[in-house]
Amino acid sequence: MPEFNAAFPLPREIDFAMLMPVIMVLVTGMIALVIEMLRPKQNNNLIVIFSIAGLMAAGVATAIQFGQPEKTTLVEMVLRDQFGLICQLLLVVACALTILFSETYLRSRRIAFGEFYPLVLWSTAGAMIMASSRNLLVIFLGLEILSISLYVLAGLARAELRSEESSLKYFLLGSFASGFFLYGIAMFYGATGSLDLAFLANGLTGNPAAKTLLVFGIGLMFVGLGFKAALVPFHQWTPDVYQGAPTNVTAFMAVCSKIGAIAALFRVLVAAAPMKADWLPAMMAIAMLTMIVGNAVALLQKDVKRILGYSSIGHAGYLLVGLLAYVNAPDQVSIATTGYYLLSYTFMTLGAFAVISVVTKDGRDTTRLEDLNGLWQRDRLAAVLLVVFMVSLIGIPPSAGFFGKFFIFQDAISAGLVPLAIVLAISSAISVAYYLQIARAAFVVETEPRPAMRMSPALRATGLICLLGVVLAGILVTPVQRFLMGTPAEEPMEASTTGLVGKG
Amino acid sequence: MESYIGILVLVAVAAIVCVAMVSLSWVLGPKKVTPYKSSPYECGVTPEGSARERFPIKFYLVAILFILFDIEVIFLWSWMTIYRDSEVSFQLFSFIEMLVYMSTWILGYIYAVRVGAIDWDETTSLDPAKLEDTVLPKLEAKPVLQPATEGS
Repeated sequence: MPEFNAAFPLPREIDFAMLMPVIMVLVTGMIALVIEMLRPKQNNNLIVIFSIAGLMAAGVATAIQFGQPEKTTLVEMVLRDQFGLICQLLLVVACALTILFSETYLRSRRIAFGEFYPLVLWSTAGAMIMASSRNLLVIFLGLEILSISLYVLAGLARAELRSEESSLKYFLLGSFASGFFLYGIAMFYGATGSLDLAFLANGLTGNPAAKTLLVFGIGLMFVGLGFKAALVPFHQWTPDVYQGAPTNVTAFMAVCSKIGAIAALFRVLVAAAPMKADWLPAMMAIAMLTMIVGNAVALLQKDVKRILGYSSIGHAGYLLVGLLAYVNAPDQVSIATTGYYLLSYTFMTLGAFAVISVVTKDGRDTTRLEDLNGLWQRDRLAAVLLVVFMVSLIGIPPSAGFFGKFFIFQDAISAGLVPLAIVLAISSAISVAYYLQIARAAFVVETEPRPAMRMSPALRATGLICLLGVVLAGILVTPVQRFLMGTPAEEPMEASTTGLVGKG
Repeated sequence: MESYIGILVLVAVAAIVCVAMVSLSWVLGPKKVTPYKSSPYECGVTPEGSARERFPIKFYLVAILFILFDIEVIFLWSWMTIYRDSEVSFQLFSFIEMLVYMSTWILGYIYAVRVGAIDWDETTSLDPAKLEDTVLPKLEAKPVLQPATEGS
């Protein structure tokens, strides 16, 4: 526990290795903007190359920190721990994959603005900041950097009413949620005298009124983060925004916004663990509602992007179960479970949205289920990829989606949260129906298949990388788990008793 | 408590005077509603056309840019207050940090200039068709609403 310091602190020493991933992504965004300014109205290939190179460097800078001890720097503003590193690495990977297939998609939608790339990169940096701090104000700053870029990105297709609606809706509701979060921070500060989540205990000792303030503060923070993660009572924006935004932005939003929010939620939940008697029942109810509503309402949808939107709500519920299991029994359950689930979620969701983006035609983007018809005839690979991602999203054995869900199920039971495990199993069973609907739509034979449905090389590469991610993470569960835990591969298996591998 | 009585009396007197003036003029004053009077007030100019039309949002863009750069200066201010009295190593460090910080703003400023966010050139932003529809009729100055006839 760091020492409480009321005076204005000045940074004495800075561990730049810890800050490097975020700095790299931010600077890459600036370079991308400079390139756009130097050669406006030209193609964005150079920007794409620079962005991906920068993201690769940031990914390496993150990966080399895996397994290093937990540490804070910059006057406890920045925190490095294993879960934060997992989230940062996944964010970088997700951003790179989005950028990889964006250029051809944006061109086919006729919205190939060079500004897309800096915005996506800065948004990623915001989510990375959220994942790497315990200071509430820094988390809020990251949340705003993430969100403000996303508001703009959602309205990128500005000639289209639906995209405008998506952007405005996201902006209004998002600012409202940010207000909730900020209000929660203010109450937290009032109760503890600090913005650092590590000082939560200050509010529990001494004045009993501070405890009440703290309960309200934590509750408001849950509301704000629950909005970003699309947990159920705060999920209404999700389908509309996902449907209206350009598909590559939706893919990015579904993955990065969720990882950032889950990472911040993890910090708040872990810090608030001493008073979990106050909030655990409420959070369990939210998790159950999220899983049931997300999966049940998805059954009624006719638009693929809306279905995937509701599916992402359901997945947020599964992730919340993983977090709650960890917070309830940190000795028996590893946070690497949630990390692994985020990994599988990243690949299968990004992959699914990438394949869906193939139906764009003449600058327009209709994604009803019928629009996928004939995909098998036009492009075999696209149809196969779609099936694999759906299989993984359902959670059928050899895929990463299965292991992610299975480990969370196991954790929920060993943490004593049996009702959550039961709801998880039931809602997964419900989800089979609508995922299969998407997969089946691709195989309906059309007499005149739409000519535009062909994957570009970049899209194909994205799909294949996601496929590799889903399949390899499924086959190599143990090494991937161990990598996420930060334990070196040479260590014998017994050494990682806290990991899933050791539990049996 | 007694020291506040003077203020309370003043508040009460002010409230009574205000209510009396407004309500008396409303009760006693003659009312002649004409179409011209009940039309929206546009700085004394005869109102014309519908209010629900598209207009350039340059004001908003300029206002947003102003707020952004205003905030930048506020950050510099807080730095300035501790700069002079701190030790040399921190002065050097924070100066470089501030240069880095400023460079991001300068990049943003160059971008704003390059995309023409602060060019105030109406001819490029207004559609030619729109120019014909709204600007030219205005030059001919046709009153839309007829002045009210006497005794109506």
